[in-house]
Amino acid sequence: MPKMNMIQAINLALHEEMEKDETVLVMGQDVGVNGGVFRATEGLSVKFGKERAIDTPLAESGIIGSAIGMAIAGLKPVAEIQFSGFSYLTLGQLEGNAARMRTRSRGQFTCPLVMRMPYGGGVRALEHHSESKETYWAHTAGLKVVIPSSPRNARALLTAAIRDPDPVIFMEPKHSYRAFKEEVPEKKETMEIGKAEIVREGSDLTLVSWGAMFHLTKKVVDQIQSERKVSIELIDLLTISPMDSATINASVRKTGRCVIVQEAQKTLGPASEIIARINDEVLMYLEAPVKRVSGYDVVMPYFGREKMYLPTMERIRRAIEETLEF
Amino acid sequence: MYSEEVLKKLYADMILVRLSEESLVEPILSGDVKCPVHLYSGQEAVAAGIGAVLNEKDSAFGTHRSHGHYLVKGGSVKEMIAEIHGKSTGCSKGRGGSMHLYAPDKGFLGAAPIVAGTISLAVGAGMASSIRKDGTVAVSFFGDGAVGEGVLYESLNLAALRKLPVIFVCENNLYSTHLHISEIRPNDEIYKIAEPFGITSFRVDGNDVLEVYEAAEKAVEQCRNNNGPVFIETLTYRMRGHVGPDDNIQGTHTDIRPAAEVEDWRQKDPIERLKKYLLENGVADVEELDLIEREIQQEINEAYVFTNDSQLPPKSELEKYVFSK
Ligand SMILES: Cc1ncc(C[n+]2csc(CCOP(=O)(O)OP(=O)(O)O)c2C)c(N)n1
Ligand SMILES: [Mg+2]
Repeated sequence: MPKMNMIQAINLALHEEMEKDETVLVMGQDVGVNGGVFRATEGLSVKFGKERAIDTPLAESGIIGSAIGMAIAGLKPVAEIQFSGFSYLTLGQLEGNAARMRTRSRGQFTCPLVMRMPYGGGVRALEHHSESKETYWAHTAGLKVVIPSSPRNARALLTAAIRDPDPVIFMEPKHSYRAFKEEVPEKKETMEIGKAEIVREGSDLTLVSWGAMFHLTKKVVDQIQSERKVSIELIDLLTISPMDSATINASVRKTGRCVIVQEAQKTLGPASEIIARINDEVLMYLEAPVKRVSGYDVVMPYFGREKMYLPTMERIRRAIEETLEF
Repeated sequence: MYSEEVLKKLYADMILVRLSEESLVEPILSGDVKCPVHLYSGQEAVAAGIGAVLNEKDSAFGTHRSHGHYLVKGGSVKEMIAEIHGKSTGCSKGRGGSMHLYAPDKGFLGAAPIVAGTISLAVGAGMASSIRKDGTVAVSFFGDGAVGEGVLYESLNLAALRKLPVIFVCENNLYSTHLHISEIRPNDEIYKIAEPFGITSFRVDGNDVLEVYEAAEKAVEQCRNNNGPVFIETLTYRMRGHVGPDDNIQGTHTDIRPAAEVEDWRQKDPIERLKKYLLENGVADVEELDLIEREIQQEINEAYVFTNDSQLPPKSELEKYVFSK
């Protein structure tokens, strides 16, 4: 099995799906000849031509609007937005057209498109170049929101997203693009969208995270488990919407304790919804209040102070310890 | 003929912008400055030529590549360098960085990284001017890439409809990120997009500061006389990469511009051209121009001392400025 980083894994999924299905194409600013600012689409224009690796003008609303039209017309566009902060310009199109297409047409039309974009902090950019606004999309019925955390699941989930008959917002934690390599099977692999993954089983506490935060969280868990005897169940959420509360709630029912780590700002981040669903179904099994570690309700700070925004190992550790000792 | 004062101001402004841009190369490479920084070197004539006809009450709005716009509008170089280094003494208190420069008391009402994101704000400022009848003009700077965004056309329409005192300045440097204009537009005559709206529009050599200045003079005059907006396309070129000194994104050299093309434009350096004009016409001699340059370099050096002496924003203030209280 070859080892690759997340960018290479994403590139692999795009190659594979474009090879397999000639209706699949990529489009966006700099994605063709240049291979994308993060190089996710490298080589596609050479292999599949400019008709299927389409360089577009700078026009986010127009890119996504035309992707929607292409999807209705029978193609499967995978549109790239250079940074998630520029995707807000597409909200009108996605929310006004893509998300409602199936309902409006009573199932006659679907909108099989993917909007891929790097998101999140830790790369010393700021504001639009570093935010985690998965909630914007998850708050719209009809859009699926997927966030991989590793090369292997990025490849598998992107493949699933491209094959999915509904519009998928695919948010790539740019901090993890080149952070580490992992073995990615040569054989094609997909994962089910809408399913969280229990990465490690445990009995004392449920830890839920996703994206770049998943690794930080895992590090803290490793640290704590090397120091004391405690069994932590680690869940990688992977799909923000539709949310797999069945997996989370079954875990919480078993452990009685739960900590959620998100990079998004605190108010109405995905953690709020996870807690609400725990409350709906397994409240009586809780031994301690559910804690969340998150960003703050502020504009993402400039590089000198970025660390103040992002959850740290210390904050995660404190939340775990307080929940265990409650 | 141009007054000696204007000519020397144009020269000094371009030198100020060039030297401060070039002063950033080292801090970017060394990692002192970590955020994306888009250098303006090569395009100085546009900012200087337009800036020279504006006063502090006029407003200007910029982009991701706006150090030059901020400086010619009177923004402090000290506060800009500090801002780019994320220091609390910066013009945005170390919270905005290179792409979020503000100098409200000088009428620089803001740069923002969202391409085309401030064009409609300039129209709003023009609207305010027209409602208040205060005779001020609003300038919107944007690149050739921004011409792909729909909001530009909404803005042109509104400005034309209400005859607003807005000058749209498109800096056509032939590239947006790594795409040549021929790959993203059916034709390269950007100024013509404003014509169907009945907006006075023309194209100038953006590396000839005198040509830009003359165009700007005409444009402000038209605006101040309430004769509606003007669209100026300036043909220019950036001498550095799209982002950072050499476009080194994620460790890969990605400047795809042909070396001969870059060299060609180097020959058209706006500063060298004005220098030649000043010397040939006896406006200044070499010593005088050197002195201007040394004084500006001194000012920039002081900006770095100021920056080094400054602190990052206090940790306790993370949540400050989200709301008034
Ligand atoms: C809405 C939006 N989309 C994409 C980007 C990423 N981006 C930053 S600068 C740039 C190119 C802009 O080109 P142009 O307008 O010609 O300005 P130049 O860089 O040449 O000065 C792009 C695509 C952005 N900042 N905002
Ligand atoms: Mg450009």
